[in-house]
This record gives sequence, structure tokens and C-alpha cells, in this order.
Amino acid sequence: MHTRRLGEGAASRLDGVPAPVTDPPAVAVEGLRMAYGTKVAVDSLSLTVERGSVTAVLGPNGAGKTTTLETCEGFRRPQQGTVRVLGLDPVRDRRRLLPRIGVMLQSGGAWSGVRAEEMLRHIASLHAHPLPVPLLVDRLGLADCGRTPYRRLSGGQQQRLSLAMAVVGRPELLFVDEPTAGMDPQARRDTWGLLEELRGDGVTTVLTTHYLEEAERLADRVHIIDEGRLIASGSPGELTRGSGVSTIRLVVNRPFPEGAPASLRASLGDGTEVHPVDEHSLLITGPADATTLGKVAAWCEEQGVLPESLSLGQRTLEDVFLQLTRRELLR
Amino acid sequence: MSIGTFTPQPGAAPFFRQVLAQTRMETTLLLRNGEQLLLALVIPVLVLLAGVLAVDRLDVSLSHRPVDELTPGVLALAVMSTSFTSLAIATGFERRYGVLKRLGASPLPRHGLLLGKIGSLVAVELLQLLVVAGLALLMDWSPALTPRSVAGALVIAVLGTSAFAALGLFVAGALRAEATLAVANLVYVLLAAGGGAVLPASSYGGFGEVVRWLPSGALGAGFRESFLLGTFPLGPSLVLLAWTALGTLLTVRTFRWE
Repeated sequence: MHTRRLGEGAASRLDGVPAPVTDPPAVAVEGLRMAYGTKVAVDSLSLTVERGSVTAVLGPNGAGKTTTLETCEGFRRPQQGTVRVLGLDPVRDRRRLLPRIGVMLQSGGAWSGVRAEEMLRHIASLHAHPLPVPLLVDRLGLADCGRTPYRRLSGGQQQRLSLAMAVVGRPELLFVDEPTAGMDPQARRDTWGLLEELRGDGVTTVLTTHYLEEAERLADRVHIIDEGRLIASGSPGELTRGSGVSTIRLVVNRPFPEGAPASLRASLGDGTEVHPVDEHSLLITGPADATTLGKVAAWCEEQGVLPESLSLGQRTLEDVFLQLTRRELLR
Repeated sequence: MSIGTFTPQPGAAPFFRQVLAQTRMETTLLLRNGEQLLLALVIPVLVLLAGVLAVDRLDVSLSHRPVDELTPGVLALAVMSTSFTSLAIATGFERRYGVLKRLGASPLPRHGLLLGKIGSLVAVELLQLLVVAGLALLMDWSPALTPRSVAGALVIAVLGTSAFAALGLFVAGALRAEATLAVANLVYVLLAAGGGAVLPASSYGGFGEVVRWLPSGALGAGFRESFLLGTFPLGPSLVLLAWTALGTLLTVRTFRWE
């Protein structure tokens, strides 16, 4: 669907026909490939970001998230494929695009001797209709450190200042790279609150994260990237619901014997999968009904382990990721 | 849709306002930095005071009164410290700390950033002129002030600033921040001591032939010719113009923003 819309836009430009009335998507990436030397960072990646949505690009460190984002921001030229942001080429149309987007870098971005509020004021002064600086300072809990030089801010304060700099120009599209990495819980809640409010006011947001909780809470749409490739897309609901599949988390009192997942899988029968989580717990995906639970209990007795907790639930994004990549996202 | 606090209203500030903001920011940060202030004001003042005293005591033979001979050279030193050393160090660390990247994602275009930097160089140099010339006048400096000499000094100041700024940006854009810090200071000390900025090329003996082609030598000679003789320093202007061209070429070829 998205591809077709992109195609129409391109064709009408070539034919000299006026562009369609519908706005182009906020971001349209088509067949992007980026390599550093022999290491392929992004490989035939295609994704679309609809206006007004919050889109999370989720993946482990080194998955190609930042490279993708920086290509959208015009810092890198696509080696293969095309990238359009608000219908513009981020490299060629840089000057027209930059005033319309807000960018939060993963780290740095301020002079070491500049005071927090002074830095934010400076970025604000480059924009036509900036937000009031005190409002952002207050909202992001930066009031205590407004006069502190950047080099003496904590990591979390630097992150919040960086977000404030991205937001202060009232952008229509916001790119945030790992917005809450290394933040304490309070700062994380402030940040999430602000991002939710931005969505409420119609700001399109693209965020990279490796926190599943963050993607689940904030995103309308999630793109899961691993090793430079898109491996799944959908709303958190779509991704976790799957086809009526739910999960059972089994935690037992002592380490499982060797080969436990296979043995449990055999006694549960078709339509179920068993993933080892750690030596005390397993994740079972499949129909979470009384029959299955009975079989799990019987299997535990057979193995001589005592279930300490047996929790039923929908799949989380973490479960989805585990299933797709056979490895864990964090830790 | 109702208007919320964050409802998009994007746009760039007018270009001149952006440049003004950048100039103000860079000047503020430069003047806040102790080492930069030492370089910009304290060293030139000390060189002027110590130089005049030393020439009086040591009976060095100069063709003019010590304060008249040394003040143009100290002004040259001031221009070098700001447009070369300070600019290189500041820009080197801006690269390191991602400031150039951050500004590169803002509405400020690259030529606006460059204009902002030039603006802050001019602001600091005016402050230096005020302090150095003020002190020199207290020490009875009597420069030749003809329309031709004033125009000459102005041209030398502009070309000297551009030549050293281009070379400073070349260093900052090619080396790591720590290496830039070391090179910018070292080159400054070498040129200040042996590059013909403060003392005329003639006082270097045979080495004087080399010195007059250095940007520092041309800058010092240009100010001296203007303020001592009251003539337009054409030769030094051409040398500085050539260094500007070389520095710009090197910078454009090698500068990396990250």
C-alpha cells in the first residue's frame, strides 16, 4: 500500500502533473542499503512512517537503527535505495527539510562549557516559532540544572536537554535516537509523558529503542530490525497477538534437567513452542487452555521440579523478538 | 484539530537572526573560557609591556621608538591568537562533542555557521584592539594615522584573519581535538617567537628572507608598514591573500564535520 502511494508521487513528478493532494508519508524508505567497509549495517530495508503516528524502530545494539535514522536526517547519503522524508530528499533538499524536523542525537551535541538553558535558548533562537524555553525546562525537569555547564550534567540530564533541543522548534516530525537510554525511572517517565503529549498534538515521531517496554508503551507501529534487516512490522497489538497465540511463563524451584524444552514440547504436542529463558524458567507459546496447563503440571511432576509460578499472558514484544531472532534483545 | 502546546509550527528564524545568535553564542563561550582569555588578552598585554621594557633595558637597536615598533606586532599576535589558535581549538572540540553535528541538524545553514564564527572573531578582535591599543596609547604610542595607513591596517587585519582562520579550520577539520589543541598552541608559540609577528623580519638575519613569506611575518610587517610608515602594505597583503587561498583550499578538501 505504502509502496503504491510512493510510486504515484514519483510518477506524477516525472510527468509534470501536480502532486496528489494527499500528503506523502512522513518517512518512506525503499530498499536502503548502507555498508561501512565490508560490514553491512542496513540491508534492503523498506519501511513507511505514517503522519501523526509514533513509530518505534526496535532492535539490539548494532542492528542498524542509528544508521537508518541518520540517513533520514540527511547526515548520510543512501548507498542504495531511496529515502524520502516529508516527500523531500534529505540530502538534496536538506535546507528545506531541516527547519521542519527535530533531531535528538544519541549523545553529545552541546559545547562543554555551555549552560543547559543557554544551549536550549540558542537552538530556540534558530527557529521561527520556538516553544517557550521555560515550559520545556519545567516539563523535562531541567530547572535544577538550568545554569549547570553541559559537561557537569548527568547522563540523564544531557539526554533530556537533547530531547528539549529536538522539540523546541515545534517540528512536525521528530527523530529521537534511544531517548531514554541510561535514564533513571523518573526521567524516563517525564520523557515518555512528553512524547505522548507530542503525539496528542499531532507530531509524528520516529524513535529507535532497544527497550521493549518503551516501544510497547509509546508506539503505534513497531518495526523490528535485526542485523540491518526488517524482520517484522505491525502495531504492538498485531505483533503480540499473533494468531490467537498466547504465552505461559513457567518458573520452577530448581534448574531444569538437560533437554527440558524438547521434552516438554514433546509432551504438549503440536501447536506449541517452548523457548528456554533461563535455567529456572521457560516460555511456552500456544493455546493457554486447561489441557495445556494440566500437561505442564504433569510434566513438572515427572521431571521432579516444582512450579513456583505459572503465568498466562499475551505475548510481549520480547517474546516476539525471541521467537523471530532466537536470541534475546537485552542482557 | 485544536491548537495544543506542541502543535507543529516549524520554520527557520530569519537568516541574519540566526547568524547573530550564533555570533553571540560563540563570543560568549570564547570569553568564558579562561585559557582563551589568556591567549587573547593577557599574553598580548604582557608581550607589549615586557617588550617595551626589555628593549629599553637591553639596548636592542630598532629604527623606531620601542612602543611604536612593538605595538603593530602585538596587534598581529592578537589576530593570530584569535583567528588561528582559539578558532582551531574551539572548532576541534565542536567536532568532538557533536556540536557541529547538532547544528547541522538545525535550521542554521553551514554558511551561517561560518558567518557566526567570523562574527565572533571580529567581536573578540575588536576587544583586543581596544585593550592593546588603549595600553599602547597610555605608553605614548603614536601611530601614523593617514587614510592610506588606516585602510592598509584594515585590509591586513581582514586578510590576516581570513588566512589564519582558514589554516585554523584546516587543522581543526583534519586532526582529532587533542591533536588540534597541541598543534594550534605549538604553531602559535613558534610563529610568535620566530615567525616575524612581533619583531621585523630584518631582526632575524638570514632567516628573515623566509620569515617575510610566512603568514605571521606578513601580518606583522603589514601592521608595521601601516602604522610606522603610513603607506599601504601591498606586499604583505598579497602574501596573506595567497595564504588565505591555500588555507581555504586545504580546508575545503579535508574538513570532516564529525
